[in-house]
Amino acid sequence: MICREAQTRKADKNMSGNALKDTKKLQASFVPPTPSAPDTAQEHSETANQKHIRSIADEITEKTFQNVSLCYQCGKCSAGCPVRFYMEVAPNKIVRLIQLGLYEEALNSNTPWLCAGCLTCSTRCPNSFDLAKFMDAVREVALEKGVEVGERDILNFHKAFLDQIKHHGRSYEVGLVADYKMRTLNLLQDVDSAPGMFVKGKLSVLPHNVKDKKSVKEIFEKTSIKKNQTPL
Amino acid sequence: MRFGYYPGCSQTGTAKEYDISLRKVIGKLGVSFDELDDWSCCGATSAHVTNHKLANALAMRNIALAGTQGIDNVVAPCAACYNRLVLSQYETMHHPEIKAETEELLSAKFTQDIKVMNVLELFMKIGLGKIIDNRKHELSDLNVACYYGCLLVRPAEITKFDDAEQPVSMEKIVEATGAKTVDWNYRVECCGAAHSIARRDIVIDLSKKIIDDAVDNGANVMVVACPMCHTNLDMRQRAMKRVYPGHKEFPVLYLSELIGLSLGMNEKELGIDLHYIDFKYDGNILKNTVA
Repeated sequence: MICREAQTRKADKNMSGNALKDTKKLQASFVPPTPSAPDTAQEHSETANQKHIRSIADEITEKTFQNVSLCYQCGKCSAGCPVRFYMEVAPNKIVRLIQLGLYEEALNSNTPWLCAGCLTCSTRCPNSFDLAKFMDAVREVALEKGVEVGERDILNFHKAFLDQIKHHGRSYEVGLVADYKMRTLNLLQDVDSAPGMFVKGKLSVLPHNVKDKKSVKEIFEKTSIKKNQTPL
Repeated sequence: MRFGYYPGCSQTGTAKEYDISLRKVIGKLGVSFDELDDWSCCGATSAHVTNHKLANALAMRNIALAGTQGIDNVVAPCAACYNRLVLSQYETMHHPEIKAETEELLSAKFTQDIKVMNVLELFMKIGLGKIIDNRKHELSDLNVACYYGCLLVRPAEITKFDDAEQPVSMEKIVEATGAKTVDWNYRVECCGAAHSIARRDIVIDLSKKIIDDAVDNGANVMVVACPMCHTNLDMRQRAMKRVYPGHKEFPVLYLSELIGLSLGMNEKELGIDLHYIDFKYDGNILKNTVA
């Protein structure tokens, strides 16, 4: 697996720039490696183990029930994406990076975090690849692997929101904003709209609790993400 | 006619006027709601973007409640709640492993689909004739931009309601109030939704584009059916004015409020005075019942 990954990286490098003109070189880089017979028993078991390592692409497939190779890079998703302008990498390119095994580049980009989950891409894909669902899985894998998230504020918002649900069963806006501000230290953000909301009675000072709070808390405990810090 | 009702968190806070107006309007049309007892948050965007199992379980807790309370159809007025409930139910019912996992987690059994409806489906089911028969005002001087936003009609193959790119149901409902609808481009574009707090800059840009296109195509009011859309398009206009100094205030109403106006209720009754952008309707009172 690692070997194949290194090869793909090499192939990718060769494809860029002048190397493209050199057809001979290009063809040479695509020659599949001839598997050499393992010399010792130890080496054999290592190869066998490597075959069973689940790649990130496999993990994404398991979470979404769809194969990442369904995407053939037409780019229709990125053309219609409302937040493309704010992203470092176009959404279709994130799929390509995952297909090529370039996980670090995909998981470190801010693209998955800026995805608003509006489903425009999933609606328009000519090959029925649900890109929004794919992005959900990419973010989840990034959290499992403990990747440093570029869009900290967005992640902090989600964490603050889910904390309110965990404790009250329903969203509690005042708690949410306080929690978010503590996490981000953006203390002055939104101070202009909050007083108006209080006057209009839209923000309640006390949380709305569900009766069976325990059942909701239990959902959180049973589904909590297990960090799995294997290298990318 | 009775329907189950899943209000969703926004309806108890930032979108309380949506809740108030919807309950009053359906009451006038002879329909009542059975609110789902002890409903909890659907997990919204934050759950499904970070943890798919959590998202599924939070939404399915409510579907399980509906099952035990004998409710077989649930109205979810918030487009985001609607989308989460529909999608989670689809996932659960279509993947045996998810179903087994969720059933164990929630100690529940999912045997049949609970029909989850958005507010457009609700009014279509009640019947446009009922709105026409009961209306007191013909809102003919309103040119309405119907804004569906992203989640109300997507993904069409799962929601099985209207078209994902060129929907028509909201226009039909709005026209039943006597108002005119305009043809415009941003009907199903996203307003940025969940980024409202963390990336306000994005939300302001996207919402500004939506409002500008409605104005350019001759609309004098916009109608929405989602609390997130309303927050971004109504409340964020103040910040919008700072980023785009030439911005002119543009009123944004909930669909239920517009119907309420045509049924003869006033702005205060419907909670329109809770909006950030003022809206006063001084239209013609109908002389005869309209056919």
